[in-house]
Amino acid sequence: MSAPRNPSTNPSTDPGADPGTDREAHANDATAGHQIFAATAREGASLRRQQAIRGLFLLTTLLLVLPVLAILGKLAIEGGPALTWEFFTEEPRNGMKDGGIFPALIGTIWLTAGALGVAVPLGVAAAIYLSEYASDNWLTRTINLAIVNLAGVPSIVHALFGVGAFVHFMAFGTSILAASCTLAVMTLPVVIVSTRESLQAVPRAFREACWSLGATRWQTIWRVVLPNSGSGILTGVILVVSRAVGETAPIMFTGAAFFVPFLPQSVFDQTMALSLHLYNVSTQVNLDDQHKHLPFAVALTLILVVLAMNALAIWFRMKLRGRKKW
Amino acid sequence: MVNFPATPSAAVRPAGGSAPTLLGVSGLSIRYGEKVALQGVDLEVRQNEIFGLIGPANAGKTSFLRALNRMDEFVPGMKVDGTITFAGRDVRTIRNLYALRRHIGVVFPLPVGLPLSIYDNVALAPRLRGVRNKTELDEIVQRCLTRAALWDEVKDRLKNLGSLLSGGQQQRLTIARALSQDPELLLLDEFSIAVDPVTTMRIEEVLKELRAELTIVLVTNLVQQARRLADRTAFFLGGRCVEIGATEDLFNGGAKDQRTIDYLEGRFG
Repeated sequence: MSAPRNPSTNPSTDPGADPGTDREAHANDATAGHQIFAATAREGASLRRQQAIRGLFLLTTLLLVLPVLAILGKLAIEGGPALTWEFFTEEPRNGMKDGGIFPALIGTIWLTAGALGVAVPLGVAAAIYLSEYASDNWLTRTINLAIVNLAGVPSIVHALFGVGAFVHFMAFGTSILAASCTLAVMTLPVVIVSTRESLQAVPRAFREACWSLGATRWQTIWRVVLPNSGSGILTGVILVVSRAVGETAPIMFTGAAFFVPFLPQSVFDQTMALSLHLYNVSTQVNLDDQHKHLPFAVALTLILVVLAMNALAIWFRMKLRGRKKW
Repeated sequence: MVNFPATPSAAVRPAGGSAPTLLGVSGLSIRYGEKVALQGVDLEVRQNEIFGLIGPANAGKTSFLRALNRMDEFVPGMKVDGTITFAGRDVRTIRNLYALRRHIGVVFPLPVGLPLSIYDNVALAPRLRGVRNKTELDEIVQRCLTRAALWDEVKDRLKNLGSLLSGGQQQRLTIARALSQDPELLLLDEFSIAVDPVTTMRIEEVLKELRAELTIVLVTNLVQQARRLADRTAFFLGGRCVEIGATEDLFNGGAKDQRTIDYLEGRFG
């Protein structure tokens, strides 16, 4: 029921009138038939401003790429030649200066796998609860707030929490288990948030259709929701991997060591780790000119592992998204 | 799964000889928070009839359907007052709502092909109630797709995704899926909104045949569709049930309320 509009009786207040007269004044350089396409002064100014802003944003975007290229280039040039088969498969010798990084590589795999083993089941379960079961009340809102805050806690604080909670209180000792649990606590928010997002990306209509068939909430989750959010969940998991691979502070107090003369046999052993190894060879070892490429080589390895993980995530996404489902 | 009668069709048959009541609604009111969607609706749907429900937007038609199979459970803030009986049972006293929903098929306005294969879409409801036998599932899938007038178009590609069918095909898939529940009651919510006229007529033919086996509540924006299909029709307006009558009477000048007459003749708003 729209009330009938009172047509404007005063042409000077009609905003549509101004550009029209303006256009006529500027149209003398256009051929008569195309006058309506001639830009008025105001349109011309908008066009120029739009071009300038576009250029500015493009420049900013290109600037962002520079640090990435600089880091990768520097690492590749300085560390690249040192990446030999022996570097990956031998133990460090001679106070870390010679030999390779094999124990650190293996240790990082243990730590990451352990962190995933704890964080993924807990995180996915929590995300399913929050997305599919929880009603919107103060408890849910508090939990969501807690998750956001957990994501904002600095990693060194997680490290100290890990020492208190896992090393001492749970009596895991300084071990792979304690370090993995600390990494897991730190990465839980990422798992929860990314899983929740991908669950909520499944249209509600699918859930309603399934419910109206007489399916329980769990049957709906299992048969319709989870199969269609798998790629998102996996991507979250892999982001967690790259985060866990790179973290140093949470593991240096809880389970990673400067040098361990043997490979870990169980989750109760201490271990070396790539990220801590990089910190050590950069700050704790006196490197002469002959060995000064070492930190670069370790850093390059670390970055390659993380990049490989990210590439895997992208590949998974493309593979699972490739079959468009709706 | 025990606190619900297995065969609702064996339920109440009121004295008087006419078709027994499958669905009884009295004093039904629905609110979403402060907003009232439906107020004081009393009606009954008899077995094996097509019950038409017409009315403009915001009349409360969809809310009415939601209340019937207790989907209010999934809608935060939706509050249902009044009594709804299905096969003689007050639906509020049914603890096993999943069994209730299995007896009530629903077709939504926009087709919802689940992102499963065509076969799995139709086999979902039987699987949920525990059918595992492959031959039995095959038989159900073929029967339901045939009845929904879709079998001939998809029989060679049952493994394709149901959600990638065209709109009209998806809607027929949705109907086949609803039939695969073996429902006593089928709720159709403006099913023809995304369907071309030819397909609509085919589905309407199917619905007429289905009347022999089940009861249908047909919510529709198309007054003529109610006229073609419904045995009795109710007119909802602004959250109230204005008039209920035999479709024949309503459309042939028997409508008592001026608002009903205006709506049926398109003189509205």
